[in-house]
Amino acid sequence: MMQVSNPLLSVAHLSMRFGGLVAVDDLSFDVGRGDITALIGPNGAGKTTVFNCLTGFYKPSQGRIALSHATSAARDIDVLTTSGQRHTRDVFLLERMADFEITRTARVARTFQNIRLFSGMTVLENLIVAQHLTLMRASGVGGLLGLLGAKSYRDAERAAIARAQHWLERINLVDRADDPAGDLPYGDQRRLEIARAMCTNPILLCLDEPAAGLNPRESAQLTQLLRSIRDEDGTSILLIEHDMSVVMDISDHIIVLDYGAKIADGTPQSIRSDPKVIAAYLGVADEEEVRAVSQEISTGLAP
Amino acid sequence: MWKRCEAMTRTNLTHALQEALRTALITAGLCFPLLVLRLEQDSSNQLTLQQRWSWLVFAVIGLSVARFVGLVLQDWRARAPRAEKPIAPTRPQLARAVSIFGLIALFAFPLVVLAFLGPSGSLKWINNYGVQILIYVMLGWGLNIVVGLAGLLDLGYVAFYAVGAYAYALLSTHFGLSFWLCLPLSGLLAATWGVLLGFPVLRLRGDYLAIVTLAFGEIIRLILINWTDVTNGSAGISSIPRITFFGLPFTAADNGFAATFALEFSPIHRTIFLFYLIACLALLTNFITLRLVRLPVGRAWEALREDEIACRALGLNTTRVKLTAFALGAMFAGFAGAFFAVRQNFVNPDSFTFLESATILAIVVLGGMGSQLGVALAAVVMVGGTEILRELDFLKLIFGVNFDPAQYRMLIFGMAMVAIMIWKPRGLISTRTPSLFLKERKNIAASHVGEGRG
Repeated sequence: MMQVSNPLLSVAHLSMRFGGLVAVDDLSFDVGRGDITALIGPNGAGKTTVFNCLTGFYKPSQGRIALSHATSAARDIDVLTTSGQRHTRDVFLLERMADFEITRTARVARTFQNIRLFSGMTVLENLIVAQHLTLMRASGVGGLLGLLGAKSYRDAERAAIARAQHWLERINLVDRADDPAGDLPYGDQRRLEIARAMCTNPILLCLDEPAAGLNPRESAQLTQLLRSIRDEDGTSILLIEHDMSVVMDISDHIIVLDYGAKIADGTPQSIRSDPKVIAAYLGVADEEEVRAVSQEISTGLAP
Repeated sequence: MWKRCEAMTRTNLTHALQEALRTALITAGLCFPLLVLRLEQDSSNQLTLQQRWSWLVFAVIGLSVARFVGLVLQDWRARAPRAEKPIAPTRPQLARAVSIFGLIALFAFPLVVLAFLGPSGSLKWINNYGVQILIYVMLGWGLNIVVGLAGLLDLGYVAFYAVGAYAYALLSTHFGLSFWLCLPLSGLLAATWGVLLGFPVLRLRGDYLAIVTLAFGEIIRLILINWTDVTNGSAGISSIPRITFFGLPFTAADNGFAATFALEFSPIHRTIFLFYLIACLALLTNFITLRLVRLPVGRAWEALREDEIACRALGLNTTRVKLTAFALGAMFAGFAGAFFAVRQNFVNPDSFTFLESATILAIVVLGGMGSQLGVALAAVVMVGGTEILRELDFLKLIFGVNFDPAQYRMLIFGMAMVAIMIWKPRGLISTRTPSLFLKERKNIAASHVGEGRG
């Protein structure tokens, strides 16, 4: 396991069982603060299940998922765990929280493998719905301030639009702001979904196959966007991805899953040459072949 | 080239004629025993066979002409292939013009009718058409929040209407509370019931939600029938206090409305007042809904209809969003219920059957889910249409004196629904107006807008 000092997210002994099927089996990993971490693995390895556990869509059968906003000692997490509480001011046990709370208070946002935009709403509205909570607070008790058109609410709405516009500029969609989201081409929809997740002001952004179905040019735009999110917004990224060129290009840290268990964990360089990873991807099970493959690597056939 | 085209048309015409002829024969064969022969008892209790050939002739001519026209149209359409155009969204300006015209027509309606038909002649028009339609407009707008905006299929909406009506009936007869005090109370009680029902039920989705709300509607009705100590059972509650003009009763007495304003007493005054009252209530519903749609609450409803899972991923508490929609929809039904009770002076459980829920839902679906203007138009068509059937006396000239068009209400209603579903599957006005915009407000075509799954 790669040593991550002061991790943002720390997953320990996570298991998810559906009846007799073990989708995730005793998985532990850390996500570094300010890193782009990739979760890779063959189809059916349990990557999306891990995401669903992280974001509260599934209640894990077992394990702890701890998120700490500020630098906090491992002891703080242990104290919270035994206290039976769900979260303190900046330590959150995600497995105890409901899905909407995880976005709202723990500030973990996500996108979906099959794009889930509000296709009948405009691009701008999609970004405004993501700022629901701020606007809801501004609209006062029972929405009364908003209903009466109070200045404080109008200011909040203007700020929300400005924030949406900022993200539209970053994903190059200002001109399409007033078009229905369902009308956008596929690549734009992917980027819009990321921008929408970013409008919730997350500390950790979970992306489920953001490059799926993109052409090389769109992939390049995507990596640029993800880098800028990490560097300019200070949001850490955890992503599932099959496109190895994207993964190797932008990741600071890669975790490899196969059959629900972790088989490798390290920097892109170490993963690239890990015989177990290559075996899992090429579908090689035999120990001897694994050895053969690793020999091939050491003799310099692989990059 | 041209000749070939013409030749093709001729063969197609012949084909259409043949088809029409075949339709005529089949109709004649099928309908002869059904339409022509009729047994009736005469005054001496003997059965006589009556023959109604005119019915058969109309059926045969009607169906064969329809078949012929249909085939020709089909042919003509196939000949001129037009580019597949997406349904153009209605322009916001047009909708605005229609709304303003409708508003003026609404407020002028009773006065114009009164001026032309006089106090006794206009009563029917203001009461049966005006007030009746407006009640359904209001109920449609209320249900539109739940079904059209939040995408939750509610088949028991009439339960909240009943709660409102009985709330006013009971509070006014037992405690002597005035209408103006009972109106907000009725709305509040209905909203409370909306929340009470919502808590256990809103975790269900789609068909399951529909079934449970349907059952809830029936439960309320059965309670009203069986809890005789409070509701007086099927006999209902009568002599509910009538509406007053802010304290002035609409009577011929010296302290009545007519005497106070030096008018000649006429029952039409109360009806006109009721008309403006329900018009204001309906417009209040509309105003609040239109405002809410532009606020985070309303946007959350629509987002919920589009994709519930995405809503949760964005930090929206979907249970709370659904409850606000349910409670608000119920509240407007409660207001309408209180109005219903004060208008009728009498309530009984028969007014709150499933058919009412179905009618209101049909209005929302026919109007185009989520469209306020569409729902209003649909209410006019559905309620006004069924009322107008009573006026079609000239049909008796064709179908005989025993023909009562009002009896075919449901049949026509059904055919209209089928026709709408074929030609306008997303309702009369199916485009959605965005809640806010950056540069230009562009309406969104129905094909993008979700229908909700529960």
